[in-house]
Amino acid sequence: MSFPWAQQYEPKNGFTKWMDSRLPIFRLVHGAVGPGYPVPRNLNYFWNFGVLAGFALMVQIVTGIILAMHYRADGAIAFASVEHIMRNVNEGWFLRYAHANGASFFFIAMYIHIGRNIYYGSYKAPREMVFLLGMVIYLLAMATAFMGYVLPWGQMSFWGAKVITGLIGAIPFVGESIQTWLLGGFAPDTAALNRFFSLHYLLPFVIAGVVILHIWALHIPGSGNPTGVDVKSPQDTVPFHPYYTAKDGFGLGVYLIAFAIMVFFLPNALGHADNYIEANPLSTPAHIVPEWYYYPFYAILRSFTSDFFFIEAKLMGVIAMFSAILVVFLLPWLDNSPVRSANYRPKFRMFFYIWLVDLVVLFYCGGMPAEEPYVMISQIATAYYFSFFLIIIPVLAKIERTTPLPNSITESVLGHDEPVAPVATTKSTSGDPSPQPAV
Amino acid sequence: MIRLLAFVVGLGFLAASGCSFVNGFGTWISTETEKSIEYKYLKHAHAEEWSFSGPFGRYDNQQLQRGFRVFRDTCSGCHSLKYVAFRNLEEIDYTEAEVRAIADQWPIQVPSINPQDGAPNTRKALPSDNFPNPFPNAVAARAANNNALPPDLSLIVKAREGGADYIHALLVGYGDAPADVEVGQGLHYNPYFHGLAIAMPRPLNSDGQVTYTDGTEATVDQMARDVTAFLMWTAEPKMDTRKNVGIAVLIFLIFATILAYFAYRNVWADKKPKKKKKDEAAA
Repeated sequence: MSFPWAQQYEPKNGFTKWMDSRLPIFRLVHGAVGPGYPVPRNLNYFWNFGVLAGFALMVQIVTGIILAMHYRADGAIAFASVEHIMRNVNEGWFLRYAHANGASFFFIAMYIHIGRNIYYGSYKAPREMVFLLGMVIYLLAMATAFMGYVLPWGQMSFWGAKVITGLIGAIPFVGESIQTWLLGGFAPDTAALNRFFSLHYLLPFVIAGVVILHIWALHIPGSGNPTGVDVKSPQDTVPFHPYYTAKDGFGLGVYLIAFAIMVFFLPNALGHADNYIEANPLSTPAHIVPEWYYYPFYAILRSFTSDFFFIEAKLMGVIAMFSAILVVFLLPWLDNSPVRSANYRPKFRMFFYIWLVDLVVLFYCGGMPAEEPYVMISQIATAYYFSFFLIIIPVLAKIERTTPLPNSITESVLGHDEPVAPVATTKSTSGDPSPQPAV
Repeated sequence: MIRLLAFVVGLGFLAASGCSFVNGFGTWISTETEKSIEYKYLKHAHAEEWSFSGPFGRYDNQQLQRGFRVFRDTCSGCHSLKYVAFRNLEEIDYTEAEVRAIADQWPIQVPSINPQDGAPNTRKALPSDNFPNPFPNAVAARAANNNALPPDLSLIVKAREGGADYIHALLVGYGDAPADVEVGQGLHYNPYFHGLAIAMPRPLNSDGQVTYTDGTEATVDQMARDVTAFLMWTAEPKMDTRKNVGIAVLIFLIFATILAYFAYRNVWADKKPKKKKKDEAAA
């Protein structure tokens, strides 16, 4: 699964030869993230965030497993067990703060990764499966993070769980029964806490499995690149190792500095003060908000305030919130413009930037109380959000006049005034003038 | 087909959100919003200078000990501190013997049983005990406090927006209610508290209310500051360690990242467009 010029794995010593004929795991690593994976040479720093998201997932799994050794999922003592971790477990404060902020950093990495994907049109053929699997990871991460936020059993944990599971109650006729069945009671309590804990422990491993599929699917066509132009010759690519391992090493360093600043100096900046109050079903917080990474969708949920024909406002909000994520899944089919990168699509680029601003507006409104003018602002922003995906993108694909693409990746890197590499180089590596990735 | 369908669904969402917007706008335009009394008088705590502020800020154990005295003499009659143990006081420079004495003389005893017949009983606190709750249960606490429940103070600084600044402002913010504010029976006017009326009576009334032994003048503001610092410590006891480790980690990471950057440039040296060559070509 690579280009024909990919470096072949050759076991060097007795042990690797012995292994290679029995379990070719070194061959697998060599081809996946080693010298055997040719990657376009022109990737910018936005391409670091896939590795960073993978790293964040591993941090979550490692810290989470240790936290689970000290945590107790029981409504009566869950909150106290978290305080026990913070006060009495050796370095427990670090584990918990790293895990809580690590979730935020996982989402930051994923959001930049997805934003990069949309800007550079990476979702387009032949990378639709890479994209769809990535969106599945994102959905699973949302579910996992939601259940994780319930576990400390603070006020926001409890009321957040109540509001979000209440969304299921919006389903006509059967909603409330399903909600009770899922929670194991009429309100979140020990039964819900236990099943959330169980699933919160399970889902990260499901995510890790989908990550493997995601990387597998990526290696079939190979990585995209900022020009969106296909790889044409060996000089368009560099081996993943050492070129991108070195670049990812630097990216990881910058990421860890940002992470360390949050964990060690601002550990509660992304949290909510109310979650340091133990869950109390009899006292509703003044305004219930989810974690920051749900704000845009929370704003969409709350912006449907009027019944729409036969659909109740509440149900409409729930439909819109889930649709807001589902429409993204449809991108490869909504956008059939042959040009991938927004660098060569001036109109798309403009609407994309408006969409980013729109997300920031939705983010802001999602964190604010459900009052005017925030609701009106989020209604306008919601309208643009759906228009962008369902109306603007399909129409633009038809009518947009794109700017000329570079002839090759190498040309885009070295510039026009450099002599284009001799054609002979291309021919010497393979007989096929336009090499196709071989599986 | 899918794009046509998407277009129709998109128009549907536009119509639905537009419909909500028009309704919302109509109501917003037609209803006159009256600024509430609370909006008029509610004050926000301004940022104070604390010994623990900023990445290099650390706890001042002298201040925490003064704060502990304020807590013991003023707060502990009504408020519990259930996540903190007497032994933790050693972390703020009390000696083992002092901690033993503090636990032994603590006015509230720890629930226990009579070792002979198992009957419910109380005993003196030990350093290993957490601070005992002044009330046996929430009902008793409400009954003794005009139906208000004094919150546990272990996490209070982290559990309130504004943190230490807010707690300090609240403690010194009591005053006489303006004429147009109605303060309910048994409540007290405090412009920093949501709703402007708080059940807790003014806890720090006069200078010298708590006896300080380290020569610091026990003004109301000083006592409020000290007890707030103490409660910051109870909420975040590992802060000093956290920041110390953080600085070491950051120094290491910055160093490692600089090295990683040069390693990256070095590896890529032959793949980046060569600017020099261009100059040569021009010459």
